[in-house]
Amino acid sequence: MSEAVIQLVDVVKSFKSQVVLDRVNLEISTGRTTVIAGQSGQGKSVTLKLILGLMRPDSGQVLVNGRDISRMRKRQLDEVRTNFGVLFQGGALFDSLSVFENVALPLRERTKSSRQEIRERVMETLALFDLTGHEDKYPAQISGGMKKRVGLARALQLEPRIMLFDEPTTGLDPTKSMEIYQLFHRAQERFGYTSIIVSHDIPKIFNLADQVVILQDGRMHRFNNPEDIHWSDDPGIMDFVRLTMGQIYQSEQMER
Amino acid sequence: MILNRIENLGNSTIYHVRDMGRMGLFLAFTVLGIFKRPFRFAALIKEIRLIGANSTVVIFFTAAFTGMVLGLQGYYTLRKFGSEGMLGSAVSLSLIRELGPVLTALMVTGRAGSAMCAELGIMRISEQIDALDCMAIDPFRYLISPKFLATLIAVPILTLFFDVVGIYGGYVAGVKLLGVNPGAYFTGMEHSVLNEDITLGLIKSVVFAGLIAWICTGRGYFVQEIRDAGFGAESVSRVTTQAVVLSSISVLVWDYLLTALML
Repeated sequence: MSEAVIQLVDVVKSFKSQVVLDRVNLEISTGRTTVIAGQSGQGKSVTLKLILGLMRPDSGQVLVNGRDISRMRKRQLDEVRTNFGVLFQGGALFDSLSVFENVALPLRERTKSSRQEIRERVMETLALFDLTGHEDKYPAQISGGMKKRVGLARALQLEPRIMLFDEPTTGLDPTKSMEIYQLFHRAQERFGYTSIIVSHDIPKIFNLADQVVILQDGRMHRFNNPEDIHWSDDPGIMDFVRLTMGQIYQSEQMER
Repeated sequence: MILNRIENLGNSTIYHVRDMGRMGLFLAFTVLGIFKRPFRFAALIKEIRLIGANSTVVIFFTAAFTGMVLGLQGYYTLRKFGSEGMLGSAVSLSLIRELGPVLTALMVTGRAGSAMCAELGIMRISEQIDALDCMAIDPFRYLISPKFLATLIAVPILTLFFDVVGIYGGYVAGVKLLGVNPGAYFTGMEHSVLNEDITLGLIKSVVFAGLIAWICTGRGYFVQEIRDAGFGAESVSRVTTQAVVLSSISVLVWDYLLTALML
């Protein structure tokens, strides 16, 4: 078993009277892909924000490489965040910057690389993500799929050890979604990062998963293998399977 | 019923105390961000252009017509006392001490303050500010401090521009249209306007600039924390309106306080 890079220990998070996460525990191992799924409002994005230190838990610990980020000062948190790359749901590209400037931003702001080095590195990354020729366009001028690719290219500029994806295929058609998944696979093989994906795209997203976590009523159900979800006897999980994958998918799996 | 009212009052108090704390910390981080390295000189120049240079046309017309109205009104009032020769003093003192700083601040609030608030609000709801945080890029140093510093630089310059254009507006109305002696207009101004008057006007303009930048950027940055603002585009539009109203009122309140303090 590889080392845990992220751990949630007895984490509680509530908004007003609604408890979103109720003493949840989670371990994410180095180099593996964890998919966090669940219906809307179950706390998927909250979990992601807790891991990124954008939110603090009401109680419990969020450990990144063994250090509790929920009690860290901003400077220490910034240090930890150098390990992270994030692909936001809408890409979160800076709309006043061109594609090139967006991808170059982390290098310009966080490294001492020369203009020439930055240019070469950005052009190389853009080529890797099939974006050559689009570097002077602005986010408003490119498609949803391209925005995701630019977002991924930007997130990978500083070679993060942990990549977090928030609903990476939302708003894309099935073909584009498939392209994005293939891109994830290629990028992970090349950069070797630990991957955490929050997604609604079930069951397709399970093809990428080494571990699946389903959020249900403030609790986390962890499955070491996506196939195991179908054999769960938890009524909440059974409902989730029925709602998201439907009877046909379920019977196909059972026949195997 | 009574319990509900007490609960609402309590919630409202907690919200406002939190909001004040949040805005206080926001101002502290913004000021600290000015001194963090690397300094974003190009961003500062860009913001000065957006806030300052792009406001010159609006300021020119506001100043010209304000000066002309002052010239007309001043002439008819002073004529009753046979003191038309004091028109230059009246126009210039009104502009330099009061109308220049206040009207410039109000015009900048409407033009640039609303733009700053909306820009940051949109960046917040589209997760662009979260993205900066996740890349360990300080949003204050990168985004907010250049806007704050640019406003502090641009507004006093615009105020001086307003004063000069306004004085010439008064000259056009008083001298060219109503026949006041041009020598008397400028000599009166020269004798009555003191260094302290110009300093008071400039101090006011710096304070107003700080207020506008603080309120407009702060409201935009915290767009998701504002009570009853709603969500998405609607929240940005509501918070922008709120920021403009709050900035304008603050400018007028602080104008009175500074005038009372420095008279």
